[in-house]
Amino acid sequence: MLHIYYIFLDQSLSNKRSTTIMIVMSEELPETPLLNELEKGPWPGFVQEYKKMARRNELAKRMLKQLELSYKEKITHWKHGGAVTVKGYGAGVIARYSDVPEIGPPSAHTLRVAQPAAWFYSTKYLRNLCDVWEKYGSGLMNLHGSTGDIILLGISTENYQQCFDELTEVGFDLGGSGSDIRSLSCCAGPALCEWSCIDTLDIYHELTKAFQEDIHRPRFPYKFKIKISGCPNDCVAAIARADLSIIGTWKDNIQIDQEAVREYVKSGLDINYIIQNCPTKCMSWDGNELHINDSECTRCMYCINKMPKALRPGKEKGAVLLIGGKATILQTAFLSWVIVPFMKLEKPYTNLIELIRKILDWWDENAKTRERVGELIYRVGMSKFLKAVGLPPVPQMVYKPRNNPYVFWSPEELGGEK
Amino acid sequence: MAKLMIGPPHYELMLHPLIKKNYGKWLYHEHVKPGVIKHVSETGDVLFTVRAAIPKIVSVDFVRSLCDIADKYCDGYIKFTSRHAAEFLVVNEEKVDELIKELESLGLPVGGTGKSFKPLIHTIGWNHCHTAIVDAPGLAKAISDTLFEYYKRNDLPAKLKIAIACCLNMCGAVHCSDIAIVGIHRTPPTVDDEIVSKFCELPTLVASCPTYAIKPKILPDKRRSVEVTAERCMGCGNCYTVCPGMKIMNPKYDGLAIFVGGKVSNAKSPPMYSRLVIPYLPINPPRFPEVTEAVKKIVDTWIKYAKPDERIGEWIERIGWEKFFKLTGIPFSDKLIDDFIFSVPTFRTTTQFKY
Repeated sequence: MLHIYYIFLDQSLSNKRSTTIMIVMSEELPETPLLNELEKGPWPGFVQEYKKMARRNELAKRMLKQLELSYKEKITHWKHGGAVTVKGYGAGVIARYSDVPEIGPPSAHTLRVAQPAAWFYSTKYLRNLCDVWEKYGSGLMNLHGSTGDIILLGISTENYQQCFDELTEVGFDLGGSGSDIRSLSCCAGPALCEWSCIDTLDIYHELTKAFQEDIHRPRFPYKFKIKISGCPNDCVAAIARADLSIIGTWKDNIQIDQEAVREYVKSGLDINYIIQNCPTKCMSWDGNELHINDSECTRCMYCINKMPKALRPGKEKGAVLLIGGKATILQTAFLSWVIVPFMKLEKPYTNLIELIRKILDWWDENAKTRERVGELIYRVGMSKFLKAVGLPPVPQMVYKPRNNPYVFWSPEELGGEK
Repeated sequence: MAKLMIGPPHYELMLHPLIKKNYGKWLYHEHVKPGVIKHVSETGDVLFTVRAAIPKIVSVDFVRSLCDIADKYCDGYIKFTSRHAAEFLVVNEEKVDELIKELESLGLPVGGTGKSFKPLIHTIGWNHCHTAIVDAPGLAKAISDTLFEYYKRNDLPAKLKIAIACCLNMCGAVHCSDIAIVGIHRTPPTVDDEIVSKFCELPTLVASCPTYAIKPKILPDKRRSVEVTAERCMGCGNCYTVCPGMKIMNPKYDGLAIFVGGKVSNAKSPPMYSRLVIPYLPINPPRFPEVTEAVKKIVDTWIKYAKPDERIGEWIERIGWEKFFKLTGIPFSDKLIDDFIFSVPTFRTTTQFKY
């Protein structure tokens, strides 16, 4: 069955040019015997989603056909990207071209759209997003991508600029890509969680606003990721996945509701097992009250996780800042390490924003191409980094001091001589 | 014209009125049943979150149907989790079961809270990436079907987080997951002199190799390209990322590696890296039986032997790696002994071990 779809782009809010694109397509789906196997089983499948769009969208249909070919040949059919960008930006669009344009879509670029803090939505915004995306793109997307953005999968070279224009009309902007500050992400924080020691949503939003220029216009040696978790449970994996990890913590004593502890014990909770599992062995139970030696506590969250009704983080709240986290490429995976053991984070977060700018400037000046900030620090040393950004060295930065005497002494430290 | 640099919509536009009212005032939460968490505020307000798994790739139709449900049960608000599940925010407790029934009838299973198999996070694969060795969405679907029972339960020893990265770029950052699956190359790239000489910046390409396996060469017609010292190549694929002429995709020899024991939470033990336990498995789409079987075996061994609250990494640290290999029946080999730049601290410098 053949249907002819006319898409009138001149109805776009932002572009008054009168453009008509005619797409001729069939409602019949391509043969996908291998992908059909992925429609089986209890977990919700993505192949059905392709098929929904492929019935009425030529680009989605071609993406489906190309994917089946990849399953058959066990190889990707996307070529290396290339320069594709909307006017005024250098980031946010990932170029995608098929290496089998007779089967797949000649161009099917990705748009990274910056997500609202902690992925909270009103359905009004989501519906508007869907309407714009269906009008211009494949109608397929990720909620969300690895870094956190809304990922709109597949739009032609002809359409992406207009799509972006209209996305901004409904309140959305692009996220990061390439050698820039990538879209940030944060946990549900104070919106939904009593453990959050910082206002993760507000920090996310304010930092994103403060660094707009660096998110949209790549100018750095490589990518730079920032993630914000409200407590040491680190639900957005900031310590593993961000060059700068901001993780909430507290300084004073864990708040205890003894009555609630007794309730837990009465209802069968094995409190001695929790005490035994405490990594610093700083807890005891006398049959009536739980005692915590807070000067020994390392604020790991374990006991709080086990007894959320009875225990809460303290009242003197702030964040640990850590640097250098990254995946394996290229000098092995790094977990971020401590650079500030405790920082108060209150609006407008000037202390944090100023420190980030110093870190970015030092990295930008000193890194080689495609060298993440953690790799740069590994190459030149923490001492140089700390001096450059003006942070005092403290024992919380290391598990243990070095075991060699190969120290770089500066002439100033030798009274000007060397 | 577009409005530039507006950033994401402000979060206050996106919050349910009850969340706005209780922002920063939550007192505690409790796990009601798999997939359902009850949040209680100091104002006395109560909110239920109902977590449902969604496919990695969704259509606008699907998103609209999520919106329909959110309009019906959640006053027009919805959220997504850091592991890409949809979360519905319900004020009225009586509506929770009705919502679950509706979600399940649409094929959106409710679960994944507490001590369960959490929605698997992964990369985009052959769907939309030029460096993908495997199609992570397909592999994720196959594994999630296999472990489905554990998504619906919350009585595992601890939470179970699995991640897949299609290639060694690891944009899914899988290096700190309980179980991580990574696409790997086992053969060096073949050099397409035509592309390399025309399109690639040679100093950047030479410098991209972490083992100095790439060196410049001059072709007979005086054009410049590179050559690869095969025995120095460890298959990271970084050269292909900077230059499309470094053809490293090789479906015949490429495969999947499995890592275990990572975590990011600080609870009990500090964050840990995942460690390589299976260096190679074949890529067999569409259902990847070798991988789903290996993952199931590791998970079931952990469930059988771990103590309560032990993540996979914590369990292995307690029993020792030699016991992990014995209990799972996974063979140990030279491939599991690090020979890259941070190897020595992983060598055992003590006489202490277990039999």
